[in-house]
Amino acid sequence: MAETRLIALAGNPNVGKSTVFNALTGMRQHTGNWPGKTVAAARGVCRIDGEELKLLDVPGAYSLRARSAEEEAAMEAVCFRQAQAVIVVCDACCLERNLHLVYQVMEITSRVVVCVNLMDEAEKRGTRVDIQELSRRLGVPAVGTCARAGKGLEELLRAARRVMEEPPRPRRAKYPKPIEDAAGRLAAQLADPLHGCVPARYAALRLMENDPCFRREIVRRAVLGASAEAAILAARRESGMTAEEIAAQLTAGIYRAAEKTCAFAVRSPAGMDEKRLRADRLLTGWAGVPVMLLLLALIFFITLKGANWPSAWLAAGFAELEGLLAGGLEAVGAPPFLRALLTEGVFRTLAQVVAVMLPPMAIFFPLFTLLEDSGYLPRVAFTLDRMFEKCHACGKQALTMCMGFGCNAVGVTGCRIIDSPRERLIAMLTNSLVPCNGRFPTLFAMMALFFSGGGLGGTAASVGMLVGLAALSVGMTLLCSWLLSKTLLRGVPSSFTLELPPYRMPQIGRVAVRSVLDRTLFVLGRAAAVAAPAGLVIYLLAHVEAGGQTLLSHLTGFLDPLGRLMGLDGVILAGFLLGFPANEIVLPLILMAYTAGSSLQETANLSALGAILRAHGWTALTALNLTLFSLFHFPCSTTVLTLRRETGSGKWTLAGCLLPTALGFLLCVLTHGLFGS
Amino acid sequence: MKRLNELSPGDGGRVRSAEGEMKKRLYDLGFTPGAFVQCALASPGRGMRAYAIRGTVIALRERDARQIMMEEKEHG
Repeated sequence: MAETRLIALAGNPNVGKSTVFNALTGMRQHTGNWPGKTVAAARGVCRIDGEELKLLDVPGAYSLRARSAEEEAAMEAVCFRQAQAVIVVCDACCLERNLHLVYQVMEITSRVVVCVNLMDEAEKRGTRVDIQELSRRLGVPAVGTCARAGKGLEELLRAARRVMEEPPRPRRAKYPKPIEDAAGRLAAQLADPLHGCVPARYAALRLMENDPCFRREIVRRAVLGASAEAAILAARRESGMTAEEIAAQLTAGIYRAAEKTCAFAVRSPAGMDEKRLRADRLLTGWAGVPVMLLLLALIFFITLKGANWPSAWLAAGFAELEGLLAGGLEAVGAPPFLRALLTEGVFRTLAQVVAVMLPPMAIFFPLFTLLEDSGYLPRVAFTLDRMFEKCHACGKQALTMCMGFGCNAVGVTGCRIIDSPRERLIAMLTNSLVPCNGRFPTLFAMMALFFSGGGLGGTAASVGMLVGLAALSVGMTLLCSWLLSKTLLRGVPSSFTLELPPYRMPQIGRVAVRSVLDRTLFVLGRAAAVAAPAGLVIYLLAHVEAGGQTLLSHLTGFLDPLGRLMGLDGVILAGFLLGFPANEIVLPLILMAYTAGSSLQETANLSALGAILRAHGWTALTALNLTLFSLFHFPCSTTVLTLRRETGSGKWTLAGCLLPTALGFLLCVLTHGLFGS
Repeated sequence: MKRLNELSPGDGGRVRSAEGEMKKRLYDLGFTPGAFVQCALASPGRGMRAYAIRGTVIALRERDARQIMMEEKEHG
């Protein structure tokens, strides 16, 4: 057999393309019900009837005539990557708009398979798609699938294999005669210079409408030359239209074809889906913001309540284990210093991270994933857009900000969905102003220990304050976006469109279990990779002496004046600095620095933690300032690296670190000045 | 001339033409001349509005919706 054949998977944003990709390859690309999750083309491998096929997941695009980074990538992938077949994934619920892309792809290659996904959902909404009729009208095979349930996927791959063996004859969209005639003649003249790198008729049409992105890609691969350039101008003259008029005619022609095909192949109820609209009116109207806050409160409540039990259980387990470990080390004859280093340094830091930090992270994250899957995030962006517009930022920044609540590095990467470079930079620089999953446990602990009592009332108070903190983060994001667009990144807001996908019932069981496991494994892995070495370092710092003082006290002594100015102390700042690799180890490190050298047995439970902190002079104001600095400080190492990669500039990366740090510093100094004695 | 941003939730109409830098993008999304659009949702104040078009719902800012001209005749 020759080398493995490549199939490109194209489609509009948010039609379940990544779900199809995952189902076919067994991979776990991030999925969620909002347009723009897939920002980079992913590759995978699948098997059908004994043949191995390569699969390329192309970013979602409404059109191959590039207007955005995703569409540019999609155009490049479909036109020039030499895929042997293209599967265009469509949403059965809005086939007409999706066929717009299908007709465009059919102009580039005849080896096309149309995957009509979400058939189950369409049926629920009363939409019937006649797959056979669709296939007949398009002239290429169509396959109905429900990727989430794994239905129709084998048939899809078989159809793809068939079109590779024997290309079908697509029935392409027809354009007005003057355009067709001119394009035909131009295509004949372009055939030579293009040397087959892209179909001549397609190239003729794109060059006649003067698609700048397509032209850029073409001149990288072929030499057009003066005679071809003259032929393009002549063809445009011959059609009697300007480039812009041709562009409009091409889109209109494709939509006419799509309308006609759908008129025969799709039966759907007339008018808007009233049930769906009622829910949306509630969620996006005047009640939009209150509902958003309530949802957030509910998530915090479940997280706080849910984390208590595993936390207590883990803390007890670790205390037990520490005894065993110490005993074991003694039995094998390890020297006392090594014993203490391993148990009190490495093991305790690890235990802290796992017992106190992990449970809330493992609960919050899946809840967030469910929200993402349901389709609620675009509604958040819809509701908050007016505020972002006033700050001269992009409404999609609300989406990337929401992603930041899960993980700032993911949020920064997600900023690729923002087309304007200016607005993308604003979104990236301000992303770490919202607390990520790794910082929430610290906030939870501060609220529980210093600001609210026990019992249900205490939890409710904690939840209320946490919602307040989240709102503060959003407020600061807006404020900083506004400041940036008035100073370093001046400019007017650009246009953008936002699709509001239908709500989908998230696959609660699977998503929750999957992401609890993923998150748990991720945090455990990072605890081993980062928390354990950091524990080692801080233990050594606390026990190696120089000039009659431990290294740690040199460090904290040096940082102390700055810390005091902010209503904190040197140890806390040292914790933030040493916690740079991962936010969830900051609090455990602070604790370790306080207790290193003492003979405290149990530190892995919340009330013991409170006692230790109070013993080191903490007041409610200290806790408040720590909370503020945790919200607003330099991003973690992963996020910094991501910023560097995405901005491609050391200067902007530095700005992304300094902005939140300066903000946090100012707020802490301010509260300390106002309320400190 | 009536513009898309003048539609209230529930109102519908047919697109006559689009203008401005976003024109091509709007065409790609299905706001082509003759296409039927209905205003589906409005956020409070002068925030975004969402429009039902070709089976999907697309949200636009007010100043972008202004760029779409509508046919005079009203549709329910």
